[in-house]
Amino acid sequence: MFTFLIQRLFQALIVMFVISLVAFAIQDNLGDPLRELVGQSVSEVERQALRDELGLNDPYLTKYSRFISNAVQGDLGTSYFFKKPAAEVILNKLQATLELVFGATLIIIFVAIPLGVFSAIHPKSVRTKIIMALSSLGISVPVFLTAILLMYLFSIELNWLPSYGRGETVNLLGWETGFLTKSGLLHLILPCISLASIMLPLFIRLVRSEMLEALSSEYVKFAKAKGLAMNKIYYQHALKNTMLPVITVGGVQIGTMVAYTILTETVFQWPGTGFLFLEAINRVDTPLITTYVIFVGLIFVVTNTIVDLLYGFINPTVNITGKGA
Amino acid sequence: MKFFKTKLAVALLAAGLSFNAAAADITVAYDADPVSLDPHEQLSGGTMQMSHMLFDPLVRFTKEFDFEARLAEKWQRVDDTTFRFNLRKGVKFHSGNTMTADDVVWTFNRLKVSGDFKGVFAPYEKMIKVDDYTVEIKSTKPYPLVLQTATYIFPMDSKFYSGEIDGKDKAAIVKHGGSFASTNVSGTGPFIVTSREQGVKVVFERFDDYWDTTSPGNVDKLTLVPIKENATRVAALLSGDIDLIHPVAPNDQKRVKQTKNIELTTVAGTRIITLQMNQNSNPALKDVRVRQAIVHAINNKGIVKKIMKGFATAAGQQGPKGYAGYDETLVPRYDLKKAKQLMKEAGYEKGFKLSMMTPNNRYVNDAQIAQAVSSMLSKIGIKVDLKTLPKAQYWPEFDLCAADMMMIGWHSDTEDSANFSEFLTMTRNEETGKGAYNCGHYSNSVVDNLVNSANAETDPAKRAAMLQQVEQTLYKDAAFVPLHWQNLAWGAKSNLDVAPIVNALNQPYFGDLVVK
Repeated sequence: MFTFLIQRLFQALIVMFVISLVAFAIQDNLGDPLRELVGQSVSEVERQALRDELGLNDPYLTKYSRFISNAVQGDLGTSYFFKKPAAEVILNKLQATLELVFGATLIIIFVAIPLGVFSAIHPKSVRTKIIMALSSLGISVPVFLTAILLMYLFSIELNWLPSYGRGETVNLLGWETGFLTKSGLLHLILPCISLASIMLPLFIRLVRSEMLEALSSEYVKFAKAKGLAMNKIYYQHALKNTMLPVITVGGVQIGTMVAYTILTETVFQWPGTGFLFLEAINRVDTPLITTYVIFVGLIFVVTNTIVDLLYGFINPTVNITGKGA
Repeated sequence: MKFFKTKLAVALLAAGLSFNAAAADITVAYDADPVSLDPHEQLSGGTMQMSHMLFDPLVRFTKEFDFEARLAEKWQRVDDTTFRFNLRKGVKFHSGNTMTADDVVWTFNRLKVSGDFKGVFAPYEKMIKVDDYTVEIKSTKPYPLVLQTATYIFPMDSKFYSGEIDGKDKAAIVKHGGSFASTNVSGTGPFIVTSREQGVKVVFERFDDYWDTTSPGNVDKLTLVPIKENATRVAALLSGDIDLIHPVAPNDQKRVKQTKNIELTTVAGTRIITLQMNQNSNPALKDVRVRQAIVHAINNKGIVKKIMKGFATAAGQQGPKGYAGYDETLVPRYDLKKAKQLMKEAGYEKGFKLSMMTPNNRYVNDAQIAQAVSSMLSKIGIKVDLKTLPKAQYWPEFDLCAADMMMIGWHSDTEDSANFSEFLTMTRNEETGKGAYNCGHYSNSVVDNLVNSANAETDPAKRAAMLQQVEQTLYKDAAFVPLHWQNLAWGAKSNLDVAPIVNALNQPYFGDLVVK
């Protein structure tokens, strides 16, 4: 276990190093940050002076080594737009994104598992066919379209739900949450459904196929032959084994959902990290872009590690250290 | 009891309606929020809009481009190089300090060192205090645009911004990283900032001691939220979450217009969209007949109608109506037959190839316009190799004048015709900074001399004649392709009286907004 963690940490460091190199290398191709910092009538001489002051004219290696030496001390640079450390800006916006992902996860859990199980138990039912058809549709409609359609229907036409932002939030031990106010909850509904819509079909299909596999296994047949109640077979024996791969895949997917909120957040003006990233690209806020890319890389590394660990706990036959069987 | 309450509510409502001065609480959505609370950090539309809420200028433009007294009560020209302003008395800053000539001089000196604003104030030598409520501004040479530049002087509270905090000068103008002035503010304006979360919202509340007690404005609280996506911003207005939005994309205007209880307010804008023809990179463009052919081949009225959905005014010159140099005879020149004829005369009957670059997220429908132009040019045999780029990548290319035709939009900082020429059509000169955005490399000493003399002519009539001559020369030479002036549009609930407070400068005077 310990060796596994050490190994993983070492791998993570290499991955992060490569990511930082790439994130830094693309910087120069993103455009000129000066244009977003000064007015149109400012002369080229003035702009050059500011470029020098910001160190933008230094060669790549100088800039990169300066970046790395600051980064190891925890300083990833200062955002041009927010005028605050980039890491602080991202951590600040992360709360909104995590709430969005959490809300979407709840929807996925409470919708995908029952539907997946149902369609596995009744594979020939008409309802199953409808579920499958809808989920194919869901997977093929892009998220921004889902989001705009939802907004059009529920905000403009029906006027039931708010169209943008987070609404009122409450500060709970330093965490700004929208889960505790009515306005906050109402604001969460549409963005969460939009975000969930990309993952939902995938999960329904995953739960269904795993459940089908479990139902055709020897132990289920044996239980049936033994005369156990069908409900007990389905929900106690088969479902338990279905959940194993669901948790593994699900963990990674939900972790990475943090990095996939860009479209949903942009449409709903959700003040999270995805929206922040898109804005940073438009503004050529390079320190923020670099930090975000590194941060997302970190999320992938961490979620993968956690999932591997969990897998070991759930299924002890899996040997994560990779030594002997 | 319940009955009584209802009655009371009705009575209060009636009272509120009849007095027409009930305090209002509104939410406004723009496409961006101000980058800083420091009015001198960045010269941009966002900064100017914010300045009119938190500060007041010495004078401000009316809708007709006249000047309206604000913190200066009276003004007069003393001699060719001296201009005097008499300041309003009894004006309080948000901090409680009283505004005097010292604050105005202090602000002027800060503008002179601000990277973004010093260009506007370059013609001036200094500002001097005559007495506590009189200042004089001295230019190095006779300068006609004193009142235009005075719209940029928003007196700041010099006592509030003086001194040090954490070892740093409170008045420092910092582009990158935080500063005292970028997060703290004390002006004389109608609003104070009570909370600000950058990129999420800014809350403005009415300043109790605001000097302008004659202002009809009754907005007590104004929340400004940035909503970047056009579709979301309109949805927020239509669903009732927001009271006023700007901008409204051309495609959404019909919808906004047709919705009950929501009004669309439009104003003809002053930003000109042009295409420059690079004479250095493509020899064909050196020939005035070829340039004329290009201008005649581009149906800019059609572009306005089809692509801009009528949301722009087709242009034949740089400055819009209302500007000193405007000449109403210089109209759009679409004429395909003539264009073909000119190409023949120039010896390019078979056409030629040229490259074009435009941004795709800077101006309204910029990429679509570029595509339309390239297909129009194909009709006279010009094969266009078009490349559209996001603005972040476009500007570095523009700095290099990297294509034969490049798009640029320009808004005159002084709301004056000369400014267009100074940046776009005068001969490029590294030393004087003239023609800094002239990627056509058009160079005509007649134009250069006329603009320079106009900028030293204090007689408005003589000056206007010179600037009109500039426009005529540019027209004759087909120095550039004029496309259109973009309109401005605001969408708002009908109980907001938007029309009186908006203007072509895109600087709404929210202090005067009346909510019924």
